Amino acid sequence: MVFILLVPLGLGPFSFPARASLSEVTVGSKKFTESVILGELVAGLVRHGGYPARHRKELGGTRVLWNALLRGEIDVYPEYTGTLAEEIFARKGLRDEAEIRRILARQGLAMTAALGFNNNYALGMRRETCRKLDLHRISDLLKHPGLNFGFSNEFLARSDGWPGLRARYGLPQTNVFGLEHELAYRGVATGAIDATDLYTTDAEIAYHDLCVLEDDQRYFPVYAAVLIYRQDLEKRAPGVVAALAGLGGTIKAGDMIRMNERAKVEKVPEGDVAADFLKERLSLKTASPVETVAAQVWQRTREHLSLVTLALLAAIIMAVPLGIAAERLPRLGQFILGGAGVIQTIPSLALLVFMIPFLGIGGLPAVVALFLYGLLPIIRNTYTGLRDIPPPVRESAAALGLPPGARLRLVELPLAAPAILAGIKTSAVITVGTATLGAIIGAGGYGQPILTGIRLDDLGLILQGAVPSAVLALLVQGAFELLERVIVPQGLRLKHVI
Amino acid sequence: MIGLTNITKAYGETKALQAVNLAFGAGKTTALIGPSGFGKSTLLRVIIGLIRPDSGSVTFKEREVAPQDWLSLRQKMGYVIQEGGLFPHLRASDNVTLMARYLSWDRERITQRLYDLAALTRLSPQILDRFPAELSGGQRQRVSLMRALMLDPDVLLLDEPLGALDPLTRVDLQSDLRQIFRQLRKTVVLVTHNLGEAAFFGDLVVLLRDGLVVQSGTLDELIQTPVDPFVTHFINAQRSPLDRHAPSRPGQAGGKNKNQHRPGRATVIIH
Repeated sequence: MVFILLVPLGLGPFSFPARASLSEVTVGSKKFTESVILGELVAGLVRHGGYPARHRKELGGTRVLWNALLRGEIDVYPEYTGTLAEEIFARKGLRDEAEIRRILARQGLAMTAALGFNNNYALGMRRETCRKLDLHRISDLLKHPGLNFGFSNEFLARSDGWPGLRARYGLPQTNVFGLEHELAYRGVATGAIDATDLYTTDAEIAYHDLCVLEDDQRYFPVYAAVLIYRQDLEKRAPGVVAALAGLGGTIKAGDMIRMNERAKVEKVPEGDVAADFLKERLSLKTASPVETVAAQVWQRTREHLSLVTLALLAAIIMAVPLGIAAERLPRLGQFILGGAGVIQTIPSLALLVFMIPFLGIGGLPAVVALFLYGLLPIIRNTYTGLRDIPPPVRESAAALGLPPGARLRLVELPLAAPAILAGIKTSAVITVGTATLGAIIGAGGYGQPILTGIRLDDLGLILQGAVPSAVLALLVQGAFELLERVIVPQGLRLKHVI
Repeated sequence: MIGLTNITKAYGETKALQAVNLAFGAGKTTALIGPSGFGKSTLLRVIIGLIRPDSGSVTFKEREVAPQDWLSLRQKMGYVIQEGGLFPHLRASDNVTLMARYLSWDRERITQRLYDLAALTRLSPQILDRFPAELSGGQRQRVSLMRALMLDPDVLLLDEPLGALDPLTRVDLQSDLRQIFRQLRKTVVLVTHNLGEAAFFGDLVVLLRDGLVVQSGTLDELIQTPVDPFVTHFINAQRSPLDRHAPSRPGQAGGKNKNQHRPGRATVIIH
C-alpha cells in the first residue's frame, strides 16, 4: 500500500536510481575502512577499464551487501571466504572453495581468486594487560573469568563469532557486550574493556600497540579476501571481470595493513590510498573523482532533504485521513492508533534493515521507513484535534444542515488545524534526525559523514553531518512556526477561545 | 408545523423521553419547561434530527420525516444553544453566512441578508468583523440567532438561549427576542427551566418531567387547572423572592396555598 502511494508521488526529481546506465558498474563496500579501500580499488580498476563506476560505500553489514548484490543493486563487493562459508551459507556446511563457487554460481554470482591476504578474526588486548596476566593464547583466558569483553555487534551475533568461540574454548566470562568495532578499539586502549575481537589486518593493532592472542585451538576460519560479483557483469561491461581477476594475489597482508593505516591513522582519503596502490603495484594510473567539502555538504543536503520531504509528504497524505478515520470509527481507530504505535516501537535501525529484502538499498527503503516513523505523531494529533472539538460547536455545524464532508472541511479540520500542524512539526523534526541513519542502507544524507567519521574516528567529519542535521531540524521547526501563522485560523490564536 | 408521535428515547437505564406526543402550531411560540435533565434538550434535538428516537415519528408540515430528509430539513430550522455554539475560527459574519455560502448564494444577497439580520437583532455591524472570542455573551447569542435566521427558516429552536447570560444582558436580549418572534411569526420552540421566561415568550407552555409530558397549555391553565400536584409544586418553586416580598401584591406573601396569582410579566427576570 505504501509503495503504491510512493510511486505516483513521483520519485522522479528525488530519484535514487539503482543504476544510472546499463554500462555503469556499481561497487559496494561494508562500513569498515578496509572494505571501503577495496571498494575504491575496484572502482579505480573499473574506471581504468573505461566504464563509469559508482561506489556505494559503507552499506552496513554483510546482509545488506549480500542482498543488494542478489538484487542487482550492486555488481561487485569485497567479501571474505570465511564470511561466505560461516555466515551467508552457514547452514550448508561448505568445506572448500570449490563448493563456495558452485553455490554462488547457482545464484548467478561468481568469486575472484583470493586477493592475497587473509583478514582473520582474533582477540586483542592491551599489551600491558597481556603482560600482567601472562596471556598469550586464547586458552589462557580460562584462568581469568572476571575479564570483560566488548565485541563488535556482528561478531557477537554471528555463529562463527563469540557463541562458537565460547563453546569451543569453554570461556567462562559473562561480562560481554556489543559495540561498534571502531569504538571497541578505543575502549580497549583506554582500558574500559579488557578484550575485543580484531581483524588481523586492522591498522589499530599496531597503532594502539595491542597484543593478539593466539587461536591455539584453530577455531577461527580463514577469511581470505575475495571479490564477489554478478555473472552478468561480464556481459554488461566486458573486460571488467578480467581486470578484477588481475587483482588476485596482489595484495599481501602487509600491504593491506599499510593501506588501512594510511586511511585510518594518517587520514588519507580511501580513494587516494587505492589510487596509490594501483599506481605502485599495478602501474595503473587512475584518478578518483575529487569533491570539495562544500560540494559534498550540498550533495548531502539535497539527499537529506529529499529523504525528509518525500517521507513527510507521504506521511501527511496518509496519516491525516487515518487520523480522521480513527476519530470517526472508534473501533477502527483503536486498530489504527495501535498499529502506528507498534511501528514506533521498532528500533529505527531495525526498521531500516527490515526494508532491504522488500525494497533493496538506497533512498526508497529509507523513505518508506521514515514515512512509517512519521505516521504516529500526525495520526494521533489529527485524532485528538478532532476529538477535542467542543460538542456544542460540532452540533451547531450539524444543525445548520451541512453534510458530514462539508462539516469536516469547513469546521472540524480548521478547528483541529493547530493540533494537526503540531503533529506534522513533531514528525518533521523526528524525521530530520532519524534520516541520518539512512546512510547505513545507502540513502546518503547527513548520516554519511557521520558514519565515515565514526569509522575513521574523525570528529570533524562527524560534525560535518551532525551540525547541518541539527541546523536543519531547527530550520524545519522555525518554518513550521511561520506556517502556523498562515494555516491556523486567526480566531483560534486569540486568547479567550470558547 | 411539527408533530411528535410516540417519541421514546433512552440512554441506558435513563429514560429521556417516554412516548411523547406533541404538536407545535405554525407561528406559535412554545416553551418547553421542566427541571434540568428531564428530556427538554433531547426533545429539541429530536426535532432537528440530531438525535434519532428509539421509536416514534416526527412530522414536518404533515409529512413524516425520513432519515435522508434531515439535512435539507435543517435548512428550514434555525437552532440556537446556550453558549451560542459559534465556530471559533470564523468571524461573526462568517459564522452567520457559512451555510448561505455553502449553498452558493450570490454575494449581494448574502450581504443584504447579513445587514438586515444585524438590524433585526440590534447588533452593530462593526461587531460582525470580530471573532467569537472577542464577543460578549449577549453579542454571541445575537450572532447565534442571526446564524439561525440566515436562511429564513420556518422554525426556530432555542435551547436555553439566555441561560449563560448575566441578568442585565438577559433582560435586554429577552425583550429583543420576543420582539423578533412576534415580528417574524416563526414557529418557535424554546427550552428553558425558568417559568418566568416560559411565560414571557410562550403562547403555550409544556411541562416535562422524567421524559413525560406532565401538562401542556397556557400558563393560566397550568396554574388554574393543574393536572398533577407536580405542576403546582413546580410553579411555586419558581416564584421569585421579589414576588413574595413585594408589598403591592396582596396575597403573595404567603402565596403557597392558593396559586391563583399569575406571575407578572415584569417580574420574570431574576432567577
